[in-house]
Amino acid sequence: MRHLDKEIEELKELLLRMGSMVEDQINQSIKALLERDTAIAQRVIDGDTAIDQMELDIDQHTIELIAMMQPAAVDLRFVAAAMKITPELERIADLAVDVCERAIELNREPPLKPLIDIPRLARMAQDMVRQALDAFVRRDAVLAREVISRDDEADLLTEQSFRELLTYMLEDSRNISRAIRLTFIGKYFERMADGATNICEMVVYLAEGKVIKHSNEPV
Amino acid sequence: MTTAIEVRDFNFYYGETKVLHGIALDIPEKQVTALIGPSGCGKSTFLRSINRMNDIIPGARVEGLVSIKGKDAYAPGIDVVALRRRVGMVFQKSNPFSKSIYENVAYGLRIGGEKDRRMLDETVERSLRRAALWDEVKDRLNASALALSGGQQQRLCVARALAVDPEVLLMDEPASALDPIATQKIEELVYELKNNYTIVIVTHNMQQAARVSDRTAFFMLGKLVEYDETRSIFMTPKEKLTEDYITGRFG
Amino acid sequence: MKRRLIDKFMITLLGLSVAIILAILVVIVANIAIHGARAVTWEFITQAPRQGLTAGGIMPAIVGTAALVLLMTIVAVPLGVATAVYLHEYTPAEGLNLAWRRFRVSKGMAGRRKLFFRAMSALLATITRSAVANLAGVPSIVFGLFGLGFFIQFIGRNIDRATQPPGEVLWGQGSLLWAACTLALLTLPTVIVATEEALRTVPQDLREASLALGATQWETIRRVVLPSSLSGILTGAILGISRGAGEVAPILFTGAAYYLPYLPGDVTDQFMHLGYHVLILSTQSPDVEATKPLLYGTVFVLLALTFLLNLTGVIIRSRTRSRIQR
Repeated sequence: MRHLDKEIEELKELLLRMGSMVEDQINQSIKALLERDTAIAQRVIDGDTAIDQMELDIDQHTIELIAMMQPAAVDLRFVAAAMKITPELERIADLAVDVCERAIELNREPPLKPLIDIPRLARMAQDMVRQALDAFVRRDAVLAREVISRDDEADLLTEQSFRELLTYMLEDSRNISRAIRLTFIGKYFERMADGATNICEMVVYLAEGKVIKHSNEPV
Repeated sequence: MTTAIEVRDFNFYYGETKVLHGIALDIPEKQVTALIGPSGCGKSTFLRSINRMNDIIPGARVEGLVSIKGKDAYAPGIDVVALRRRVGMVFQKSNPFSKSIYENVAYGLRIGGEKDRRMLDETVERSLRRAALWDEVKDRLNASALALSGGQQQRLCVARALAVDPEVLLMDEPASALDPIATQKIEELVYELKNNYTIVIVTHNMQQAARVSDRTAFFMLGKLVEYDETRSIFMTPKEKLTEDYITGRFG
Repeated sequence: MKRRLIDKFMITLLGLSVAIILAILVVIVANIAIHGARAVTWEFITQAPRQGLTAGGIMPAIVGTAALVLLMTIVAVPLGVATAVYLHEYTPAEGLNLAWRRFRVSKGMAGRRKLFFRAMSALLATITRSAVANLAGVPSIVFGLFGLGFFIQFIGRNIDRATQPPGEVLWGQGSLLWAACTLALLTLPTVIVATEEALRTVPQDLREASLALGATQWETIRRVVLPSSLSGILTGAILGISRGAGEVAPILFTGAAYYLPYLPGDVTDQFMHLGYHVLILSTQSPDVEATKPLLYGTVFVLLALTFLLNLTGVIIRSRTRSRIQR
């Protein structure tokens, strides 16, 4: 194996580790929300520093790799993809923290309503993030494109949830603060799905060399 | 990190002309140290001073200390021949003897008086393996070395140098006469070799220095401008001269 | 148009020159071959001359020539190769002018002594080389006189004075030894120059590679330089030997005899010689008609021997070259 191959493997390992940490954060945040568990939520919030540190580490690694090894072609695309995926993952982790912060606030009041759409949206976002990371590991552009196509569904689900919460807010002004917090939570999961989509655009670039971000062509 | 080669206040003269000024650095053991710099900056001269190959040039004169594993290379009365066994050298243009592949690698051992056939066989095989050449030549050890390709010849020269088990391996632009594939093979070889040998490599190819070395020394006009970990030199150099050279703004 | 005419004219002219030379060569060789082949019988080669050199064979001359050439080779080749090796490997490459200038500008610097000795060595090399060059231009008869005056009368007589009973002359007379030494002197320049040429073809970086592996200078010469230049050295040696085998003037006073009833037994004996025999047959013969076929025969054998020598040289050279190539 070439020296460069070893460096790239190392970088991939780091990214996967970060990815699994982020998946874990999402999982825990959903749990904290559904089980109304403040302790879990707090752990998620505290665990974010580790993920921030990983982002810094991976940044350092990628710059060094470029400076020292002058990767070319697919290797270069891999490093470029890694550099762009890392902040996406970090943002997704931050969103999980945001979910937990709202969850802690919600736990101070009795539950507004049984949560149906939001958990569906949450699982979808979690799924998409996991699949995005799978696609990255396997450099699977087909899977990546599938994930991207589910983003519309996520948007719809968010819209649906919002409309329902809106009715609660209009019904009784004492519902507003909880409904708004839930709206935010829905938004956070929707943005996690967006993050997964961005990651998948990078995967297509990595696998095919094609840039599909910002383009309107059907995926 | 132990020091393999210690250099202090080292000056080098060709007759009246001072070619190296006050060079000081510590070359660590079992790592690759690259010497880079524009043409004529003295990096090859410095390299050849380590194993005293400059002695054969008339009018060559040195001042200062070059100490290899604690022994001063220029101490009066030192056995230059023994020094050169401890410090191996691979040259810019591969220079195998017009003998068989086997005899080329065995040359250093035969000079040392080794006659035991089994010992020679073992050492030749081990050296060729270490130089990543064994598989390509194991069936034709008695063929002439000159029949090999340029890249193979250069790896043969590496095997030849390794056969006498040197402590330090000096490489003077070992890949500059080779095509890109052969160059890559040499670079991979250097990367492997550093597990067992201290390597000092002169290269005019900066990217090669970045790929291959742990520490880099930047020479200019006979002076050592900057010497640091390779990643520092190539990412965050301290001297402006270094940065200008690395970014290609001059030279 | 005119240019093409000139071109054609030159080609014709050059071709004509070649034709003339070839023609002359063919005439000479044919003449000798035809007349000589008739005379060269088995008895011719194996028997001694009889009846005042007007009949019989030339066997002693063949033996004498062979012995002489062998001895000359033993003296000339090692000496010549050694000289050339010294000149090329051990003396400074930069020449006397540069070496001296380097020394002069090094006033007050360390290593001045080393530069001085280097300049002296360059001086010795220059002297040696010009001596060799001058030696090459000396007429062969002068070599003969030198051989007589120095080897025989000076060295030989002194050896006799030291080792023989008074009045006895053993070394102080013409013999295979002194003739061989004289001839060796004549062939030395050829051997030295050809060897130096051969050494020059060995690239400097092979020497550097050997030194960098911890070899001494002599080891480098013995194991790398000489084997690499072997074919060139052999060529030079054979060239020199061919030349020496044909020379007559140097052996006139140093050991050739026009008739001996015995073959040379050791190096102090005189000897008969093919080239000398030709001279004798053509100038001293009592019966010109009878000796003419013998003369042709001798010339034929002499030429055949020379040709054989050159052929051996070519074969050896191509063999060593292909061995190195393999």
